[in-house]
Amino acid sequence: MGGVVNKEIVLGPRGELPDARGHFGRFGGRFVAETLVPALEELATAYENARNDPHFLAEFAADLTHYVGRPTPIYHARRLSEAVGGAQIFLKREDLNHTGAHKINNCVGQALLARRMGKLRVIAETGAGQHGVATATVAARFGLACVVYMGAEDMARQSPNVARMKLLGAEVVPVYSGSRTLKDALNEALRDWVTNVRDTFYIIGTVAGPHPYPMMVRDFQSVIGRECMHQMAELIGRQPDVVVACVGGGSNAMGIFYPYLPYEEVRLVGVEAAGEGIETGRHAASLTAGRPGVLHGNRTYVLQDENGQIAATHSISAGLDYPAVGPEHAWLKESGRAEYVAITDSEALSAFELLCRYEGIIPALESAHAVAHAVRLARELPRERVILVNLSGRGDKDLGTVLAQVKGGA
Amino acid sequence: MNRIDETFAQLKREGRCGLIPFLMAGDPDAVMTVELMHTAVAAGANVLEVGVPFSDPMADGPTVQRASERALASGMTLRQAIELVARFRRDDKITPVVLMGYLNPIETMGWPKFAETAAAAGVDGVLTVDLPPEEGEEAARILKATGIAPIFLLAPTSTEARARLAAERGGGYLYYVSLTGVTGAYHLDPSAAIKRLEEMRRWVGLPIAVGFGVRDASSASALAAVADAVVVGSRLLEEIERDPIHASSQVAEFLRSLRSAIDSRTEDRP
Repeated sequence: MGGVVNKEIVLGPRGELPDARGHFGRFGGRFVAETLVPALEELATAYENARNDPHFLAEFAADLTHYVGRPTPIYHARRLSEAVGGAQIFLKREDLNHTGAHKINNCVGQALLARRMGKLRVIAETGAGQHGVATATVAARFGLACVVYMGAEDMARQSPNVARMKLLGAEVVPVYSGSRTLKDALNEALRDWVTNVRDTFYIIGTVAGPHPYPMMVRDFQSVIGRECMHQMAELIGRQPDVVVACVGGGSNAMGIFYPYLPYEEVRLVGVEAAGEGIETGRHAASLTAGRPGVLHGNRTYVLQDENGQIAATHSISAGLDYPAVGPEHAWLKESGRAEYVAITDSEALSAFELLCRYEGIIPALESAHAVAHAVRLARELPRERVILVNLSGRGDKDLGTVLAQVKGGA
Repeated sequence: MNRIDETFAQLKREGRCGLIPFLMAGDPDAVMTVELMHTAVAAGANVLEVGVPFSDPMADGPTVQRASERALASGMTLRQAIELVARFRRDDKITPVVLMGYLNPIETMGWPKFAETAAAAGVDGVLTVDLPPEEGEEAARILKATGIAPIFLLAPTSTEARARLAAERGGGYLYYVSLTGVTGAYHLDPSAAIKRLEEMRRWVGLPIAVGFGVRDASSASALAAVADAVVVGSRLLEEIERDPIHASSQVAEFLRSLRSAIDSRTEDRP
C-alpha cells in the first residue's frame, strides 16, 4: 500500500466521536493544569493540519511500510484451534512489527508530528517498556533527543527493555514516587512536559491522556483494524465473528476495534488484567471493577478508593498494570458496543504456554490475556465461527517473569 | 460579599500586597495543620490555601507530592480537610480559606454535596488544579450558588481569550502560575513575570495572586510591586518536612520575613 496518500486509507475515515473538545459521551475531555492547555491546543491544531496534508500522510504510510514492516500478517492458528476444539482462532501478528509490538505505529506518527512542529526533544512514559523502546527507536530514526520515564518497579521487571532504550540513545529516568509503575511514570512525564513545553513533544503511548491524545493515538493505531478488514476478506471471504484484544490503556484494542465500530455484527471484546483475581483487589481491571473518575487529563473508568484516591494495581504484565483506561473504551462499554472481561495472571500464563507449544509463537504477557479469553470463547462456539485476536506484542521481554513463575511454582 | 472579596478590597484600600501561604491538610497531621493556619495568620497571612492531598498530583513537584503522601499516610481525606477548616473557623471568622486540590476526590463526593459541606464549614474558595475553565462551567455555577469562589489558574502561556474565560467563570482571585513548571521549582524570573502580569491585568478585573517559584523575600518583594498577592507553598512544606514538631516557629519566622519584604514595596504599588 506504499505511496498511497489518501487520508481515508492512511488514517481511515473519522467517526463522530470525539466532539470538538475531546468528549466521547461523558468521557474524555481535557482535565489538566492551565499551563498545559495552550500546548494541547497547539498540538490539536498541528495534528488536524497534518492529517489533511498529503505530504505528512505519505511520510507516515511510507514509514509504516518500509520501517515498521506493515502490513503485518494474519495467521490462522490451526493447531491451537484444533486443541481447543471450537471456533477458529486467527492472530493479527502485531508482534512482527519492528521493535516487537504495535506501539511503533503510533510512535512513528507522533515523531513525524513532533518534527513537523519543530520540537526536537521527545519524552515518553512506559510501563512494560515497549512504548519506551518504540519511542527511543523513532527518536533515533528521526534524530530527536529522547527521555523516557519508567517506574522503578517496572525497570526491575523489564530490564531487557531498559537496556534496549539506552542502546538506542535514550535517557531512562527511574520514577520512585507512588507505586513506581506506569501511572507514576505518566505523572512524571507530564511534569517534564509542563516544565519544557516550548521545545518538547510528549509522545503518549496509549489512547489515554487529555484531548487530542486519545483520538490521535487511536487514529495512528487504526491501521491495524483496517488491514484486518482487508485481510480477513481475502483469507476467508468475510469478517470475524469476534475481535479480541487486551486492554491496559487500550491502544492496541482501539486500533483493531475502531474500523469495526460501524459493523455491529462483529462482537468486540476487550480483555483486562484480573491479576490475582478481581475479588482479591489485586488487579488492574478498571472497566470491570472501577467507576468513572478523572485521571491523567481525562474522565474515564478509574480504580480508586471510596475517597477518590487512585488505587494501587497489580498485573503480571507491566503493560496492563494501569488504574485507568482510554476514555473511548469507557464510552464503548457504556454504549454497549464493546464488552470487557478480565483474565487472571495464571490464566494468561497458561495461554502463554499454549501459544508457545501449539504455534511456536511467544506472545507478550499482555497479548496472552487476549489469547486466554479467545481460547475460553472458542470452546463455547462452533467450529465455523471465527475469532480474531490482536497479538499485540512478542514475549521475549517477559521470559524472566515467566521463568520465575514456573520456577516458583506459582 | 465573601471573605476573599472583602480581604482584597481591604488590601487595595491600604495599598498593600497580600500574602497567601499554602499548607497541606494533614501534613504532618490535622491538629498541626490547624495550628499552622493560626500561626500563619498571626505572622501576616491574608488568605490561606489548604491543600487536599491526592495520590497523583501531576501538576506538583516533589515537595508537594511528598507532603501529599505524608498527609494521605496520616489518613487525611477531603471530608476531613473540610472539617479541619471548620475547626479553624471556630477561632478565626475573618481570614479567607481556599481549598486547593485535584478533581477526582471532589467528583467522588459529588459537586453539590461538596459545595454545601464546604460552605457550611467556612470555606471561601476552591481551586481545582486539573479543572480548566472550559470543563469547569457547572462546577463554577454550583460553587457560586453556595457563595464559594471558584478560583482558576492563569499561566504565562495563557492567551487573552483564556484569561478572559477564567475571569468570567471564576471568582475571588486568579492564581497566576509564574513559571511553566511544577510547584517548588527554583527559577523564577520576576521581571518576566511582572511584564506578563501587567498584560494580564488589562484583560481581567479580578485580583491576581502569583505563585509557583516564590522561595524567598527577594522574589516575593519583586512580585509585590505588581501582584495583588503572593503565594508561597513548597518553601513552607520543606520547613514542615524538615522538622514537623517545631515547624510552627520556622513557618512563622519565614512568613514574617516575607511580610516585611512585601510591605517594604507598598510605596511602589500603582
